[in-house]
Amino acid sequence: MFRKLAAMSDYAVEALDIVRTFKDGEVRALDGVTLRVARGEVFGLLGPNGSGKTTMIRILSTILKPTSGTATVNGIDVVKHPDAVRRSIGLAGQYATVDENLTGFENLRMIGLLNHMDKSLVVKRAHELLEQFGLSDAANRTTKTYSGGMRRRLDLGAALVASPPLLFLDEPTTGLDPQSRQDLWAIIEGLVEGGVTVLLTTQYLEEADRLAKQLVVLDHGKIIAEGTSQELKTRLGNTVLSVTFANTDDASRGVELIRELSPTPAIIEGTVVDLTVDRGPAVAADVLRRLDGAGITLAGLALREPSLDDVFLNLTGHKAEDITEFLADEAPAGRRGRKART
Amino acid sequence: MSLTTAPTLTPSKSNRSSLRWALSDVLTIARRNLLALVRIPTSLVFAVIQPVMFVLLFRYIFGGVIHIPGVDYVNFLIPGILVQTTIFGAVGTAIGLAEDLQRGLIERFRALPMARMAVLGGRTVADLARNVGVVIIITFVGMAVGFRPTGSFVSYIQACLLMLVFAYCISWGFAFVGLAAPNSETAQAMTFPLIFPLTFASSIFVNVPSMPGWLQPFAINQPVSQCATAVRGLMLGSPHGASTWITLAWSIGAIAILAPLATAQYRKVA
Repeated sequence: MFRKLAAMSDYAVEALDIVRTFKDGEVRALDGVTLRVARGEVFGLLGPNGSGKTTMIRILSTILKPTSGTATVNGIDVVKHPDAVRRSIGLAGQYATVDENLTGFENLRMIGLLNHMDKSLVVKRAHELLEQFGLSDAANRTTKTYSGGMRRRLDLGAALVASPPLLFLDEPTTGLDPQSRQDLWAIIEGLVEGGVTVLLTTQYLEEADRLAKQLVVLDHGKIIAEGTSQELKTRLGNTVLSVTFANTDDASRGVELIRELSPTPAIIEGTVVDLTVDRGPAVAADVLRRLDGAGITLAGLALREPSLDDVFLNLTGHKAEDITEFLADEAPAGRRGRKART
Repeated sequence: MSLTTAPTLTPSKSNRSSLRWALSDVLTIARRNLLALVRIPTSLVFAVIQPVMFVLLFRYIFGGVIHIPGVDYVNFLIPGILVQTTIFGAVGTAIGLAEDLQRGLIERFRALPMARMAVLGGRTVADLARNVGVVIIITFVGMAVGFRPTGSFVSYIQACLLMLVFAYCISWGFAFVGLAAPNSETAQAMTFPLIFPLTFASSIFVNVPSMPGWLQPFAINQPVSQCATAVRGLMLGSPHGASTWITLAWSIGAIAILAPLATAQYRKVA
C-alpha cells in the first residue's frame, strides 16, 4: 500500500505553493509557501506568532486541508491519503496536548492503541519512552500534576510511540524555563542522531540555530528568507552593535557618521541606533573614534547576538509583532488562542 | 524510493480489519473518558450525587404535596427520576467534547491514524456506560426510600434498556452542542434551555393533567414524557399504551438526524 502511494521523492516533506485562507479568503494564513525537507535533517520554520507556522504544520499533519497547492509527506499526498500520512508521522503541539486526567503511562498507551499498535508492544514502548524522557517516577501520576517541562516531554513521547520516521514539533519549547528548554533540545538532538527527520517551528532564533540545519523564515504567510542558519546569520551580520545616544539631536547627528559601517540599514528607535555588523569589537572602536571626533558623548554601547527581532527588522523592515488576534483565527474555531500556555 | 521505515509501521488493511480497528478505537476513547469520570470529583458528583439529591428532594420534601391517583408517589417518582438522570447524562457528553476541543486533544486525535468517528463514538459510549451504572445505583437508592416496582423483573430490565437507548440517541444532539460551543462552560449553559423544558415540562415528576391547559399538549406528547410513561408502565406493570413504540420511534428519528449533525460539526470544527 505504501509503495503504491509513495511517489518517487527524496524528501521527507515536499510542499509546493501552499495557500491557506481563513474567513472566506479574508485572511491569508499561508500565501504560496514552498518547502522541501530532506530525509534525516532538522528543518526549522522560523517566524513570529501569526506568521503561518502552525497552519503549515497542521496542513502537513493532515489536520487542515490547503486551499491550494500540494504537499507530500514521506512521499504520500496529504490530501489524497491522509490516513497513510498519519501512520508515518508524529506530532507534538504547541500546547502540550496530553490528557490531564490520565497518567503519563495511560497517555502513551492510549496514543499507541490509537496508532493500532500491538498491545504488548505499546506497553513496552510506553515504559521505554517514560524511561528515556526521565518520567518513570511520574508514570503513574495523572499529568495534571506534571510541570510544564514534564508535559512537553510526555507530549513528545506521545508523538514517538509509533516510532514515526518524521516528527512535526510545533514550538516545542515555547513557554518553558531555560533548564527544561535545554533538556528538550538534548532530547531532540538525540532523536535526530537516531535518524528521525524533524520539522520544527519556533519563534526563537537561538533554538533554530541550535537545532535546525536548514531554515525558512515566514512572515505573514510568505517565505522571506531561507538557507542554513549560518547563511542567514552571515546575511544579517554576526553581531548587533547597539549605540545609545544622550539625546535625539545627538542620535540624528551621530547616525550619519556611523551608518556606513553597517552592511544593512541602521535601525533607529529614539536615542538607540542598532547596527548589524560582522566584526563587532573593531566596528565598536571605529564608532567610538568617529563620534568622539564629532564631540558626541554616548549614554551606552553594547554588542549582542542578533535576535529574531533583528532578523525581522532586517528582512522586512517591521517588527516581529505578536499578532494575537490573527493567532486566534489560525487556531481551530478560535479556541486555542485563549488557552493559557503551560 | 527509500521508504525503508514507513512501510513497516502498519500493514495494509482490509475493510473487515478497519471495522475492527474502528471498534477498538471507540473502546480506547471510551475507556479514557470513563477513567476521567472516576478521577474528576465534580463529574462523579454530577453523575451520582445529583440524582440522589433529586430522589431525596422529591421523595421527602415535595412528594408530600404531590398526589397521583392510584399509585404511591415513590413508585411514580423513581421511574421518572431514572429517565431524568439518563437524559441529564447527556450534559456530560456536551461538556466532555467541548473540553477536549478546547484543550487541543481532538487536534491530536486528528493527526492519528484512528477512525474518525471514534471520538464521538467513544464519548457517547462512555456516557452510556456511565448511565448503566447510574441506573443501577438509583434503582437501589429508590428501593431504600420505599420504591417497590410491581412489574416483572424482565419488564424492569426492558424499561432500563429502553431509557438507555433513548438517552443514548438524544446524547448525539448534545454532542453537537458540545462541538458548537466555544468552551465547556458555554456548552453547559447551552444545554439547560434544552434539558429543562424536556425534563420538567414532562410526566417525570407530576401528572400532566395538573399542569395548565396550554402546556399539556406539549407535556404529554414530547419524547421525554413518552419515555417516562413507557418506563413507568413497564416497571409498575401498568398500562402504558403505545408509549414504548413511540419512544423507540423518537430514538431512531433522533439518532438518524442528530448523529450526522454531530459528525458534520466534528468535521467542521476539529
